[in-house]
Order: sequence, then structure tokens, then C-alpha cells
Amino acid sequence: MEKTWNNKAWFMVLPVLLLVAFSAVIPLMTVVNYSVQDTFGNNVFFWNGSDWFTEILESERFWLSMVRNLIFSFTILAIEVPLGIFIALNMPKKGWGVPVCLVLMALPLLIPWNVVGTIWQVFGRIDIGLLGYTLSALGFDYNYVNDPTDAWATVILMDVWHWTSLVVLLCYAGLVSIPDAYYQAAKIDGASRWAIFRYIQLPKMNRVLLIAVLLRFMDSFMIYTEPFVVTGGGPGNSTTFLSIDLVKIAIGQFDLGPAAAMSIIYFLIILLLSWVFYTVMTNFDAER
Amino acid sequence: MARIDVNHVRHSYLPNPQKDADFALREVHHTFEDGGAYALLGPSGCGKTTLLNIISGLLHPSHGKLLFDGKDVTKLSTQERNIAQVFQFPVIYDTMTVYDNLAFPLRNRGVPEADVDRKVRETLEMIDLASWAKKKARGLTADQKQKISLGRGLVRSDVNAILFDEPLTVIDPHMKWVLRSQLKQLHRRFGYTMVYVTHDQTEALTFADQVVVMYDGGIVQIGTPAELFERPRHTFVGYFIGSPGMNVMPVVIDGKTATIGSQRIELPGAPKTAAENTGAIELGIRPEYVRLGRDGMAVKISKVEDLGRHKVVRASLEGREIAAVIGEDEDVPAEPKVRFDPAGINIYADSWRVEMGA
Repeated sequence: MEKTWNNKAWFMVLPVLLLVAFSAVIPLMTVVNYSVQDTFGNNVFFWNGSDWFTEILESERFWLSMVRNLIFSFTILAIEVPLGIFIALNMPKKGWGVPVCLVLMALPLLIPWNVVGTIWQVFGRIDIGLLGYTLSALGFDYNYVNDPTDAWATVILMDVWHWTSLVVLLCYAGLVSIPDAYYQAAKIDGASRWAIFRYIQLPKMNRVLLIAVLLRFMDSFMIYTEPFVVTGGGPGNSTTFLSIDLVKIAIGQFDLGPAAAMSIIYFLIILLLSWVFYTVMTNFDAER
Repeated sequence: MARIDVNHVRHSYLPNPQKDADFALREVHHTFEDGGAYALLGPSGCGKTTLLNIISGLLHPSHGKLLFDGKDVTKLSTQERNIAQVFQFPVIYDTMTVYDNLAFPLRNRGVPEADVDRKVRETLEMIDLASWAKKKARGLTADQKQKISLGRGLVRSDVNAILFDEPLTVIDPHMKWVLRSQLKQLHRRFGYTMVYVTHDQTEALTFADQVVVMYDGGIVQIGTPAELFERPRHTFVGYFIGSPGMNVMPVVIDGKTATIGSQRIELPGAPKTAAENTGAIELGIRPEYVRLGRDGMAVKISKVEDLGRHKVVRASLEGREIAAVIGEDEDVPAEPKVRFDPAGINIYADSWRVEMGA
């Protein structure tokens, strides 16, 4: 059968096209524009080629931020994923405990990021914060303002507190979808607790787990607000992740050229990682 | 294999059952003989799955005892009872291969790998999946998956019984027939004690030597398919088995005659209804025993359903709906009348069948 094409339909998408152009394409092009030019003010620009990109890629500072960011991402994944699975496995499956647990789990996710940062900034202070004061009173040498290790511990703990719920809720959704017959069959087959987890629960959860890992990795790789509010990237540069570094260059030092080049590199990295995850996930689906 | 005694078992899902209605299983007292093929037949919610789960140990009864070969197993766990169960929906471990699925129950019990291999290969032959051994279980069709569920039971040669909980629900009609005959064959070859829960009468009647009909939390009749058909002990069995179900109509009994409206029906004998029995007396007759012809009781025909091999005639007799089955080539007479074949007449008092004397 001959397909009829109605080209008038293109006009229908025009408003969206305009909206996207103003909200995404034009700002992005501005960034591209900055990344290949230099200026000394007065809106006079000089062509600069790929100099800013070379500068960023050769700077130790960029790579250190990158390494810090990767360490941070993998650390929180290594904690949040197993912890999330563990909590989900132990959550009640029926009764009044279900809504209570779900609400408790959802609470941290509902708090705005800068508020989470402020909560932990205060919580960890050794003069008035519950955590900081208690730890110092107990004789621990805890001070996230001066000590890089303490700063890292605080930022990681904060992220775990904030985001483990997401992993829990996703895993829980996977777990409750397992029919009772599976557990009954496992009993009849004499499966151990570990075998039930390994051969029934984990296979049923792995799709949601993949989504959880993807979301948490992306989010933590772009993290800005919470560590910025708590540590401001310090002490020194010890908790300066990529996005914090970027803002420092762009707004702190007002080096628009290098900042634009870094934005584009950062954007490409995220794009690449998204593509890798997407491919892995779709291949995984095809295999099923 | 084992004989299973269900000894005055009652079960309630409520913590504090008071009245009869609180019990999902009111009282079951029955023996499943060693090597028998039984079907538990009944409508949804009659307690058949509850009874099955009590036998398998997934549920522990509120009252009563369960004996395997005379040994009390009421308190034992599912694993200790050593039974196999096949569920309504196929349960497979989909990250494992077909081979590993079958090996799973043996490995869990610490059987040496050489024995595991021998048993798994035997079982694969039995369930006809030998060429699939290396395949991942997740890619199989529903009937193959259900065979794996069964295979995980068969692989343990010492199981006390194999229990089936509506195992063919998700299987295509033509595969149902194949699987059912394979089950029968396995039963004949190896003599497993099999208990098969279903709400499908065809499945129950073709699978089992003995059909246990359950209704409202209790057993109403146990018998061979023929007994259930000819002599339903309870009007429910009459309705539930057969298509269409038995015609049941209230009658007044006087010696060897039953009266329905202005019609008199000669009975083969005088029903032994107790004198004090004031409950409803009913006459039950299967449509297959209702003869449509030119003599007998006048009826008004409302509908004739042609089912291909035979016709079902829906008619009203003295204002009561009745059904009759006639041959495919038989015609409906212009002034239709019916007779009841005395061989097919059963009399019920309070829904329970009463014997008829000479």
C-alpha cells in the first residue's frame, strides 16, 4: 500500500523545535563559540583554535578532578548498591510495615539537594552539629573543614544517606514482583538462603539494578550542589569534583575559554558513558 | 513412594477460627494409596490448593495429622518431607541451563557430582529434553518449562509423592493433551504417588484413577470417573461434572413414585429417606439419560445447541429448565415429550444422595 505523506505535520513540531533551540542548542553553541576564541573584554574576540582544549587536556588539575570524581562515583556505587539490596531484602513484603518503610525510604529523595547539603554541613560541624560535636566529645579527631579524609567521609556518607533509598526502592520493586511459587519451589528443591538470593532474587532484580547503577553513576559523576554546600570543594582541592572545578574556572576565575572547552569535554564524556550504558542495557534486553 | 494419610485435617488462614466458615478446609480425612493417581477436583476456593499445600508442607494444618507410610510428618518442613510439587506457573531458574535446573535439587542436598550427572541424564530422557540440556532455561516454551519443573521433582528418585497444582493452566490446548499422556505414562512406568489439583473435569477424569471432588472446604465424593458420572453423591458433583451438568428438580416422593408438578415418574426402587428428614427431596438425572420422543411427559423446547457430535436440547418441564442430550442425527419431534431412563435416576435428600430399595 502506498503511504501518504503529509508534510504539513512538520509545522506541528515547530514550536518544540524553537523551544529546544532557545533552551539547549543556542546556549550550547555559545559555549562552543567561547571554547575556540579568546577575548580581552569589550566583546572583541580572537580565533584561538583548539588551544583551550589542549590546555585543559594537558592540565594536571583537570585530571585530578576527574580521578577524584571517578573514585567518588565508584565508592558510592560500591556502598549504595550492596546496601540497597540488603535493605530491600529485609523490608517487609506485606502488612502495615510496607507503607511505613516506603515513606521512610522516599523521604531523603524528596529533600532538595542544597537542603541536604545544608543539613550535613550543620550536622557535621564540631561546634554545634550533632555528629561533629558527638564525635569530638568522644575523643575522635573529626573535622571536615580541615581534614581531607574527614571531608571525603562526610561527603560519601551524605551521598549514601541521600541516595541509597533510590537503590532500595528499585530493588524492592523487583523483589515484590517475584511470584510466591518461586520461593515455594525453592523450599521444595531444598535451596539455601544464599541459593535463593543467587538464583531467584538476583536474576529477577538485575534489570532494575542496572538502571539503579546507571542513574547513580550519572548523578554522582555530575554531583555539584551537595559537596559544594558542605565543603566548597575543600579542604584545599580535596573534594573538588569536575563540576565544582568547572564552576571555579568559569565563575571564580572568569576564564570563559578554558571553562567552555572543559564543559564540552565533560559533556562528551557523559555522552560517551550514557551511550555505553545504553548499549549494555539494550544488548542485555536482546539477550533475554 | 509413600501412602499418605490425611487424618482429620482442618485448616484456617485466620489466627482464631471460631465457626465453620472460618475454615478454608473444614475437615478432610482420606488416604492416598501408595502409587495411586489422584485428582483433586473442585471450583476455585474450595480448598483443594490448601489441601495440596498441607500435604507438601508449605502450610501446616491448624488441626489434624498427616502421615506418610504411617509416620507422622505434620511438623516436618517441606524439605524433610521429600515431596515434589509442580506449580500453576512454571518455576525455572532462568539463569541456569536446563541441565543445571535439574541438578539443582540434588546439589542442594549434597549428592556427589557423578550421581547427579547420572540422575540428570536419566531424567532428561524421561521428560524428552535430552537435546536441550546445554540451553539456557529462559528461552524455552511454557510446556518445556513446565516439564523442567516436573523434572526437578522426578530427578530425586526417592520422593514420597509428586503434587501438581493446576500444572496445565498456561499450556496450549494441544500440548495439554501431550503432557497429560506423558504424565500418565510416567505414572504407569514408575508408580509415583501423584496428586493432581485441577478445576477442569476433563483433566481430572483423564488423569486420575480416583477423583476427589471438593466443595466448600470438604470432600464431597471420592470415586472413579464412572462412579462420579453415574452416581454423584451430592448434587454439587452432579452439576460440576458433566457438560451440561445434571438436571436437578424438586419432587415429592411416595413409595416408588416421584411426582413433579402433575407428572409422575416411576422410580427403580423406593428411596430410603429417613422419616424425620424434612429437607428438600430432589431428583437428579443426567441429560444423557433423558430420552426425547413421542411419549412421556410433555415439554416445551426453548433451544437446541448443535455441538457437532451430539445436540443439547434445552426445554422446560413443568416450568423447570431441563437439558437432554440427543444424537447428532436425531430430530426433535413436533410434540416433544421426555422419559427418564430409570438407570440414570438418583434421589437426593438435603443435596446428599439416598439409596433406593427394591
